[in-house]
Amino acid sequence: MSSRMNVIIFLCLLALITAMTSVFFVDQRERVLLLRLGQIERSDFQPGIHFKIPFVNEIRRFDGRILSFDATPSRYLTGEKKNVIVDSFILWRIADVSAYFTSMGGIEDRAQLRLAQIIKDGLRGEFGKRTIQQLVSGDRTTMVDLIISDANKIATKFGIEIVNVRIKRIDLPSEVSTSVYTRMEAERERVAKTLRSQGAEEAEKIRSDADRQRTIILSDAKRTAEELRGAGDAKATNTYARAYGQNSDFYSFYRRLTAYQNVFTSDDMLVIEPKGEFFKNFSGSSVK
Amino acid sequence: MAWNEPGKDDKDPWGNNRGNDGPPDLDDVMRNLKNKLSAMFGGSGAKNSNDQSSGQGGAIGLGLIAAVIFVVWLASGIYIVEPAEQGVVLRFGAHTDTTTSGPHWHLPYPIEKVEVIDVEQIRNIEIGYRTTGGRTGSTILSESLMLTQDENIVDLKIAVQYRIKDAAHYLFNIRSPDLTLRQMTESAVRETVGTSTMDFVLTEGRSAIASGTEGLLQSMLDIHEAGLMITSVNMQDVQPPEQVQAAFADVVKAREDEVRQKNEAEAYANDVVPRARGAAFRLVQEAEAYKSQITAKAEGETSRFLQVMKEYEKAPTITKERLYLDTMESVYSRTQKVMVDVSKDSNNVLYLPLDKMRGGSSEASARISPESLLNSNPATGTSSSSSASLRDDARNRGGR
Repeated sequence: MSSRMNVIIFLCLLALITAMTSVFFVDQRERVLLLRLGQIERSDFQPGIHFKIPFVNEIRRFDGRILSFDATPSRYLTGEKKNVIVDSFILWRIADVSAYFTSMGGIEDRAQLRLAQIIKDGLRGEFGKRTIQQLVSGDRTTMVDLIISDANKIATKFGIEIVNVRIKRIDLPSEVSTSVYTRMEAERERVAKTLRSQGAEEAEKIRSDADRQRTIILSDAKRTAEELRGAGDAKATNTYARAYGQNSDFYSFYRRLTAYQNVFTSDDMLVIEPKGEFFKNFSGSSVK
Repeated sequence: MAWNEPGKDDKDPWGNNRGNDGPPDLDDVMRNLKNKLSAMFGGSGAKNSNDQSSGQGGAIGLGLIAAVIFVVWLASGIYIVEPAEQGVVLRFGAHTDTTTSGPHWHLPYPIEKVEVIDVEQIRNIEIGYRTTGGRTGSTILSESLMLTQDENIVDLKIAVQYRIKDAAHYLFNIRSPDLTLRQMTESAVRETVGTSTMDFVLTEGRSAIASGTEGLLQSMLDIHEAGLMITSVNMQDVQPPEQVQAAFADVVKAREDEVRQKNEAEAYANDVVPRARGAAFRLVQEAEAYKSQITAKAEGETSRFLQVMKEYEKAPTITKERLYLDTMESVYSRTQKVMVDVSKDSNNVLYLPLDKMRGGSSEASARISPESLLNSNPATGTSSSSSASLRDDARNRGGR
């Protein structure tokens, strides 16, 4: 009774194990290769549940997503025979699992090493055709597209698809960057000098303009002033002439008297000979 | 890391924590199960001798256990997606559904699995530097130095913030999206900077570089369906390289100098021109005043003259005499005088000790030599002019 129970349990377990070993799941992010005794049987599995024969079939799982590989920075010669250090990375995926498995043994490192060589060759070719200027500021996309399409011709043999190659850095070797710094410094110096002398120029312009304005303003004013003074003098002269002309004898007499009054002050000492109109009676001659 | 790591996909995602979050009837089921089990084993222990009843009880018990296990198994498919999360459902490994926030149920393991991803969390990538402990720390020169279009080098630090746009794409399309994004960012920044001149990058181009990088990066991500979305690209810092910073600082100083020189000159102009205008106004006003003054003076003098003349013409002789005498009187009375009668004996040499006669006030001029008197020295102006007038008078009289 209990032994029959055990048999049932044993059979159930056996069925379960068989089911488990004959069923396999393919994940969304995986590529799966089904081997029959070491031979590739099938590789085009969709994600989901699939069946295999236990112990006869064997499955190999590979990553089906885009993989990124950071290539080591290396030196390239540009069109003008300058050295640049270029750091790039490669996005790739396994396109054909069976080809990938047979050529690379399914080992990722090996594939990446091979990829790096392919891309390096492509980059070397393209860099040699271009100047630094074109490389740095030119259209990287078209250049990279050329490299990708060339590289993919080789890579498809390995079951690999190169999705993208991106250039991260294009750097100058350290000895060249020193001279770049020197050039930048000189360039800045030039700018600084230009700015300073422009400032001096502007300042001088402003100052001289101010001086010019001052001179013009003052000389204009002087002219006006002289004109005014002249007008005043003329008017005064006219007034004098009209008044004094009425009796010129009396004017000359009157004016002299005024002048005497004004010329002699109390500090003056006169050495006088007692003659003339004023001293007519001084010696007493006319008294007799 | 706070978010769900894609690498943990082999971990049972509805394990301990998810099971506890299940609906309350699960607890009831568990409690029932416990009660049933204890009752069954207790019962079987008591009725050990009766095989048949024990067998019946065991069969019922096994059925119950199977039922309970089945229910628990079904209940293990319950999971909750929080508002910031997306649940990605895999049936036998194939992606079937992406669920949004709320309670959900999936076919239990091993038929379906669910991976819950936090899609709202903002993640951060730093290029050119690394923040350590909340402070902007060490600069990484190999990342931050980059070539510009005009073959200059700038030192640039940039931060990219992003989040997951599509959990399924994030999980299934690229193996390490975060690392790949970092590489893409480096590439995009350099490409953008490479198409700009150094002056542009250092001055007005900061936001243009950031937005250019963002555009390039987002398009790259979209091409490969990385399931990531860039929320912002922030230019943290952009500077000339350390080796040339002094030269750049000098340019800034030169720019200041330029402005300063201009300002100084303008200050000068602002000082000089108004002053000149003032002086000019004064000149004109003075001339104006002179004109008025001289005109008035002429009018006054002539008026005075004319009035006197009118009276003079009435009695010319007597008026003339009177005016003359009045004037001479006033002049002589005011001045010091020496009477000399030269005409009588003209042979005599007349000696006048003028210095002594003039008293105290003449002492100053006594010390002055005749040569210095001839020079019109302004320092001795007063005395010399008085002496000169004196000498002139003497000469006139001598000549007469």
